[in-house]
Amino acid sequence: MASVALALLIVMVVSMVLTSLMSWTIERVAYRPLRGSFRLAPLISAIGMSIVLSNFVQVAQGPRNKPVPPMVTDTIVLMERNGFAVTLSYKQIIIMVVTAVLLAGFWYVVQKTPLGRAQRACEQDRKMAALLGVNVDRTISLTFVMGAALAAVAGTLFLMYYGVVNFSDGFVPGVKAFTAAVLGGIGSLPGAVLGGLLIGLIETFWSGYFSIDYKDVAAFSILAIVLIFMPQGILGRPEVEKV
Amino acid sequence: MSAEMERPVAGPNYAAAARDAVLAGVIALGVFGPLIGFKTEQNMNNQLVVENRWGIVIVIVAIVVIGRFLLKAFVFPALVTRKANAGPASTDESFFKRNFKTIGLAFLLLYPVIIVSMLGYQQSIKWVDNFGIQILIYVMLGWGLNIVVGLAGLLDLGYVAFYAVGAYSYALLSSHFGFSFWLLLPLSGILAAMWGVILGFPVLRLRGDYLAIVTLAFGEIIRLVLINWREVTNGSAGISSIPKVDIFGWITFNVADPTYIGKILDLPPSSAYYKIFLYYLILALALFTAFVTLRLRRLPIGRAWEALREDEVACRSLGINTTNTKLTAFALGAMFGGFAGSFFAARQGFVSPESFVFLESAVIVAIVVLGGMGSMVGVAIAAAAMIGGTEILRELSFLKAVFGPEFNPDQFRMLIFGLAMVTIMVWKPRGFVGNREPTAFLHEKKSVSGSLVQEGHG
Amino acid sequence: MTAVIETQDMPVGHQGPPLLSVRGVKTYYGNIIALKGVDVDVHPGEIVTLIGANGAGKSTLMMTIFGSPQARTGTVTFDGRDITRMPTHEIARLRIAQSPEGRRIFPRMTVLENLQMGASLDNLRYFDEDVERMFTLFPRLKERAAQRGGTLSGGEQQMLAIARALMARPRLLMLDEPSLGLAPLIVKQIFDAIRDLNRNEGLTVFLVEQNAFHALKLAHRGYVMVNGLVTMSGTGKELLANPEVRAAYLEGGHH
Ligand SMILES: Nc1ncnc2c1ncn2[C@@H]1O[C@H](COP(=O)(O)OP(=O)(O)OP(=O)(O)O)[C@@H](O)[C@H]1O
Ligand SMILES: [Mg+2]
Repeated sequence: MASVALALLIVMVVSMVLTSLMSWTIERVAYRPLRGSFRLAPLISAIGMSIVLSNFVQVAQGPRNKPVPPMVTDTIVLMERNGFAVTLSYKQIIIMVVTAVLLAGFWYVVQKTPLGRAQRACEQDRKMAALLGVNVDRTISLTFVMGAALAAVAGTLFLMYYGVVNFSDGFVPGVKAFTAAVLGGIGSLPGAVLGGLLIGLIETFWSGYFSIDYKDVAAFSILAIVLIFMPQGILGRPEVEKV
Repeated sequence: MSAEMERPVAGPNYAAAARDAVLAGVIALGVFGPLIGFKTEQNMNNQLVVENRWGIVIVIVAIVVIGRFLLKAFVFPALVTRKANAGPASTDESFFKRNFKTIGLAFLLLYPVIIVSMLGYQQSIKWVDNFGIQILIYVMLGWGLNIVVGLAGLLDLGYVAFYAVGAYSYALLSSHFGFSFWLLLPLSGILAAMWGVILGFPVLRLRGDYLAIVTLAFGEIIRLVLINWREVTNGSAGISSIPKVDIFGWITFNVADPTYIGKILDLPPSSAYYKIFLYYLILALALFTAFVTLRLRRLPIGRAWEALREDEVACRSLGINTTNTKLTAFALGAMFGGFAGSFFAARQGFVSPESFVFLESAVIVAIVVLGGMGSMVGVAIAAAAMIGGTEILRELSFLKAVFGPEFNPDQFRMLIFGLAMVTIMVWKPRGFVGNREPTAFLHEKKSVSGSLVQEGHG
Repeated sequence: MTAVIETQDMPVGHQGPPLLSVRGVKTYYGNIIALKGVDVDVHPGEIVTLIGANGAGKSTLMMTIFGSPQARTGTVTFDGRDITRMPTHEIARLRIAQSPEGRRIFPRMTVLENLQMGASLDNLRYFDEDVERMFTLFPRLKERAAQRGGTLSGGEQQMLAIARALMARPRLLMLDEPSLGLAPLIVKQIFDAIRDLNRNEGLTVFLVEQNAFHALKLAHRGYVMVNGLVTMSGTGKELLANPEVRAAYLEGGHH
């Protein structure tokens, strides 16, 4: 058990470092030149980059699924009645603990540290941030690095949980992550958590009670419905700024 | 003016370039090393085994190092010098540039004729179909989406949904009821527009990123419904043997028919006729889209779209009904998407949800943005470059001779496509035809400040 | 109109080398020239004001000093260092602080966080002490400390912008139209505050103003900018007395 945990930790750290380096490079190559350009330019560059990344992995690692042997198999039985058991697997516990720890750490960085303040300042007014001595380029690079490191953790957990990985596995979680962020309210960390939880619960319950085929339809529909009534997302703040 | 410009001396600085190149090499090693250096393969027992391929990594790193050195030492200084010496842009344009639209149009009209006379009917099929028709479909989709994104400034990432609605409308109604293309073409357009209104009505109050993500979600919903509603859509297997288009029943393209075009015109049977006919059909549809757009742009609604794109708050305070304005743009864009969809179904004879993935939406948005947002000519050029480019990549099988039979150039197609998207965006952030066609003064002014000043504009 | 106008006497540091020196600066927006060769000096301990019509290039000069946009020709020197080609954030780290045109308050940060942003150069070392000073200077900000910047009134935002600039403990404070959109009483309050900071702490101030009368009264020296060029300069007193200045910027103004 201890060796598995250690292995998992090492894999996680190594992948965080590599992904961060990659993300840093991508920011330099594909986004920084577009800074200050009009709104859609970085978006198109980002879509192009995501096509590049998944196809690069396909070319480099082949199109087939990569199974890994299960690493963590133990489960805890919480409840048992009439032969049906409610179980909680160690895998699930690991995911929850890691998520909670990272969330707390991330929240602390964004809300309480100079780096987090600089990040928020760059998000709101880059020019003013620079006037106050914030190194905008460095801040944005660091933000990309942080984002990539978190994605690497998510990827490692994904592999640990499902035991199989494929070059195209990033797309659906990526869209869902974006959906969750919008649902919760862009820019709000608790919102992102709430959005993620909601999407997950909706899919699970929909699959359980109705039809597994339409689980994504249900998730996206809920997003649309919520946004119609709460255009800022659930925890997003309304725009009442003076221009 | 250039005399008084003080610029840092732009001579090659080899030491700095070398340092930079080594750094780039280290980064390249980090980025490419693990993913290329190790490859996991499944063995007989379904276990993953690791292979080493450090040779390729060394080659890649070497390319990066040398490339970076050359860029830093020679290309960048040369660019700086050229920029410093560049005078004011010459205002007299060449004959070709001035008459670009006329020449382009003439070329499009004559394209099949040129191809057929050069290659004969049988050889022409590939060129008319893969290049001509394929590109024109995307030109039409680009022009349709241009109304929504380029003119009204609404970022729609789910445009492919309307394309799908059009395609399935034609596929289902023609297979089940035998309606003709000429009836179903307008009908699919109307159905798509209706969906545009139904989807647009609730979401168009949202702005920016929110609108983008919800349209993306709607695009996915439609695709997922197409996959899962098997009773009607036949699921992932799709619908096949969709009837061909005919010329109002007078002339058809099925060899067995008495009205087959070959029999009427006394030509040997060939599938090239149908392709050529389809070529002109999609050309006509695309030009119709362009015509309507250009017309609308001069009407109040077109002005309202452009005003909306520049400043929504100001629009509202001027008494423009922004919801209706957006909805019209959305519905019109959807309608043209529907037209293109029904054409697509007729051309393929087969539709399946596979053709309507998010990537398609992304490609169409990319075409509009790369084309320069709002410029019709730009969108056409972008479509020709991106779609034509990927079609050419299909022709790269000769590379097998170089890299061995294992080599599959097709898998590099999307990789190169993505790289092209990024490169073009970085190279020309305002698209191919960024600063031309000033339809509104504010836009022109913005395009100057946006590209040259570091200030971002929403 | 004939009332004796009280202006500032020259401060002591005036004879030494200038703290900020702008020489022959030309700035372009694309191909459009906005500054056509500007010379400006600010000596330590001085209040210098720059007046001029709309679109003259005043804000452009303020931003050019910060390297955003950079001057295409000419030099900007601060404390003997050439800063013409320095990145904006490094210029800020030399302790030049600006309350820019349009105030540019971070809208989704609280008043306190905005002030923290101002103090980030010192990593908040003097934050508590300085924030107290700002709250005495602008008591209104204290009441609003937890409010988000975007929801402040225009005047409150202006106070916050100035306070945020002061939080950096600047050697040179640059203010772009601090009186814009403010009630006369508040304007007076702000100008008094600037004068006090200058007198008591020797703060050097470079001030852009539309409100020429008050600005020239406050300043030791002034420059007049027309169409991207400095056309006149002199002490506040001289400029106030100058008939051209009176005709262009003062007549029909106050009293
Ligand atoms: N980002 C920009 N892009 C293009 N032109 C600009 C830009 N900013 C300013 N200008 C132009 O440069 C000139 C000087 O502008 P600036 O803002 O410096 O004037 P100002 O003296 O501050 O005017 P005001 O008193 O109205 O604030 C104006 O003609 C303006 O239109
Ligand atoms: Mg100004």
